[in-house]
Amino acid sequence: MQKGIGPSVYSDGNKPDAGTNRLQAVAQGKDVGAEVHPKVLEETPVLEIDRFNLWYGSKQVIHDISMPIIRKQVTALIGPSGCGKSTLLRSVNRMNDLIQNIRITGDMRLNGDSIYEPRMDVINLRKRMGMVFQKPNPFPMSIFENVVYSLRIDGEKNRSVLDEVCEISLRGAALWDEVKDCLNDSALKLSGGQQQRLCIARAVAAEPEVLLLDEPCSALDPIATGKIEDLIQELRGQYSILMVTHNMQQASRASDYTAFIYLGRLIEYGPTSDIFTNPVLQETESYVTGRFG
Amino acid sequence: MNSSRYQRQNVRSPFSSLMAHGEPWVWLMSGSLAVAVTMVIGLLLFITVRGSIHFWPRPLYEITLRNGERCLGEVISRERQLKNISDDQTVHDRVLVRTADFRTDSTRYTWFDQQNISSIQQPQFATVIERFEGGLFHGFPVCLLKDGIPTGDSPEAAWQQYQEISPTIQKRFREANRIDRLRRGDLQKRLRNARLALFDARLKQGNDHPIVEKVKNEEEEISKKVAEISSLLDKKMAALRKANSSWKFEFKTVDGQSVIFPVEEIIQAWQPNNISLLGMSSVYGTRWWEFLSDNPREANSAGGVFPAICGTVSMTMIMAFLVAPFGVLAALYLREYAADNSLTATIRIAINNLAGVPSIVYGAFGLGFFCYGAGGWIDENFFSASLLADNQPTFGTGGLLWASLTLALLTLPVVIVATEEALAAVPNSMREGSYACGGSKWQTIYRIVLPRALPGIMTGVILAMARAAGEVAPLMLVGVKKIALDLPIDTSFPFIHPEREFMHLAYLVYDIGFQSSNSQAAKPMVFTITLLLVTIIAVLNIAAIYLRSRLKRRYALQEF
Repeated sequence: MQKGIGPSVYSDGNKPDAGTNRLQAVAQGKDVGAEVHPKVLEETPVLEIDRFNLWYGSKQVIHDISMPIIRKQVTALIGPSGCGKSTLLRSVNRMNDLIQNIRITGDMRLNGDSIYEPRMDVINLRKRMGMVFQKPNPFPMSIFENVVYSLRIDGEKNRSVLDEVCEISLRGAALWDEVKDCLNDSALKLSGGQQQRLCIARAVAAEPEVLLLDEPCSALDPIATGKIEDLIQELRGQYSILMVTHNMQQASRASDYTAFIYLGRLIEYGPTSDIFTNPVLQETESYVTGRFG
Repeated sequence: MNSSRYQRQNVRSPFSSLMAHGEPWVWLMSGSLAVAVTMVIGLLLFITVRGSIHFWPRPLYEITLRNGERCLGEVISRERQLKNISDDQTVHDRVLVRTADFRTDSTRYTWFDQQNISSIQQPQFATVIERFEGGLFHGFPVCLLKDGIPTGDSPEAAWQQYQEISPTIQKRFREANRIDRLRRGDLQKRLRNARLALFDARLKQGNDHPIVEKVKNEEEEISKKVAEISSLLDKKMAALRKANSSWKFEFKTVDGQSVIFPVEEIIQAWQPNNISLLGMSSVYGTRWWEFLSDNPREANSAGGVFPAICGTVSMTMIMAFLVAPFGVLAALYLREYAADNSLTATIRIAINNLAGVPSIVYGAFGLGFFCYGAGGWIDENFFSASLLADNQPTFGTGGLLWASLTLALLTLPVVIVATEEALAAVPNSMREGSYACGGSKWQTIYRIVLPRALPGIMTGVILAMARAAGEVAPLMLVGVKKIALDLPIDTSFPFIHPEREFMHLAYLVYDIGFQSSNSQAAKPMVFTITLLLVTIIAVLNIAAIYLRSRLKRRYALQEF
């Protein structure tokens, strides 16, 4: 077992009585414990979220979330809009630092290194992670330069290294065959789906310890979405992926573990097959089957 | 029946339907646009037409009046005039004739009543002569004189011969002038520099320092050398002048008096009634070329405007290169780094208001701060010899650098505002993408934000350039002169002379149009210079727009 994470953290003492709807309790602002499957705790985590709270001004949007993210597996965060899953994801690489009026308690640890310790160099931290956003955001430069952007800002000038990383990353993002002849064209000429895969290539170019995907398919058409999902399948086992999604089918298809978050609280977290077919909580089942939310 | 209290009714009045559809507003809007476009096109057309016909050779008319007086000139305009309308209701035409005779300089433009004119004809050999000094002359060729002896007898022969010998004579004349002005000027500068170096050494080291002795020897050597070269040049020039002075051209005026000009003083001559369309075009082209490539003569009312073109273009370019980095850096700090509070809001308002300060105020500031302040300091510390020995400031007076800086200050708000808007238009997702890749703030700005904002920044610089190239008022205080033939960029060390005073097209318009003694003669010149200025600004802008469109294509936006 890794340090700091024991079952006690996840199974809260003051569980509400059986029969009470946890979602209603949460809506009334009550603390309810998170239902974390024991299988999750047996795996090796790459990222540990530890009693994490976050406030926008005076409004608390994340309530005391603790969960491990499993190494080399795909973890999906699901939940209704505005439940704080994107905020949680952006807290992992401290993108929320860019927003004013944010207050945070608790911590996260990336391979044991505290993310929120005061001396942490945020830029260095972000270099250890990759992130893909809702809307494809390729930079206004060539495809090649987009992929090797992380290496460029690290000052890498060796052309053969850059070429190699570019090819490996584009192959990894299943884009190489489509763009290998036009690497020097503007990345903005690509279609939306290709742009998003380019963003994934850019994110994996620097061999990130965690890959964060923030609803990567929400701006894409079904075919492009399918390709991205296939890609996520291929990346599983190679990278530790934390993914936010609105789409229940996507979570069930593409992820190994699923966490259900509601109004800033973790409700249930376990292997995807269990969450979708045999959840512990009635509430989770009604959400994933579409009867609620 | 509808039970609701409100019932929509069919619109009865066609007028209310019209108002509802907003058609009158569309008319109003399109009308405003049409008025604006018409005015702009009209202005440009007016300048183009008036500016481009100035050099076209007009036919010469010999006008004989009823009282026997005769004159030779170009008909500039005709108008109908109602004279003594109460008496007999007759309408008289009158014509405005431009005559050119150096002896009657003051009456170049004359109105003649049509009823006083007995005959008008176009004599075949009437000739227009553009002289080096003294303006145009209209007359008839008589014969060419070599060493005082007539060489031909008919006007045709004389004209023919003149056409043959004129190019070589003009070439010699130009060479002599070049030697006189440039080579001698260079020698004078070398002498002065040597003298100032000696003065400087004495000033700094005291009179008996060994260095002073050395510098003194150098100075003597240089003056010896200069004297040598000078006498050589004298000989060369004398030879040139002598070869030219043997040729003279005799003309007679319309009333039969004989006038003799040295051939070398005739810059150009043409017989407008005696040439084909092709010949006219060639005269037109030659006169334009002279206008574009020559130095001004006769208090700027004749000759070319080359120094002014040079001054305008170099000042605008230097201004753009000064204002762009300053404005972009300021805007970057304001938009990307400064906290968004009341202080930055105040600064923003202040910058916007700066654009409304009258430009003459910038001129006064430039004179006080740049010329007298910064320039005075530079003079005291680096050019004290010139200041003390000749009482002549180097940087401490108006000059190209100070004028460019003043205009850069004037156009700074334009660039800052445009840059800020361009930076604000860069989507935040780009910045986030870069941060997520581990980019620092500066790397994000430098690699992502700036390239993306570059087209918008270019727009600001284009606007600034257009504004600066047309500005006159501040320039009068900080370095533009009526005549400054020494170009700011030339072949003498150190090639770029930012301290020199310079000429400017827009100032030339003001000077010729409103300060010249012969405003009628200068009027067409004003239009020509304006046309030239507008063309230069257009060319600069088109170049910048081309650059911008290339950048835009490179960082093209594409929605999906």
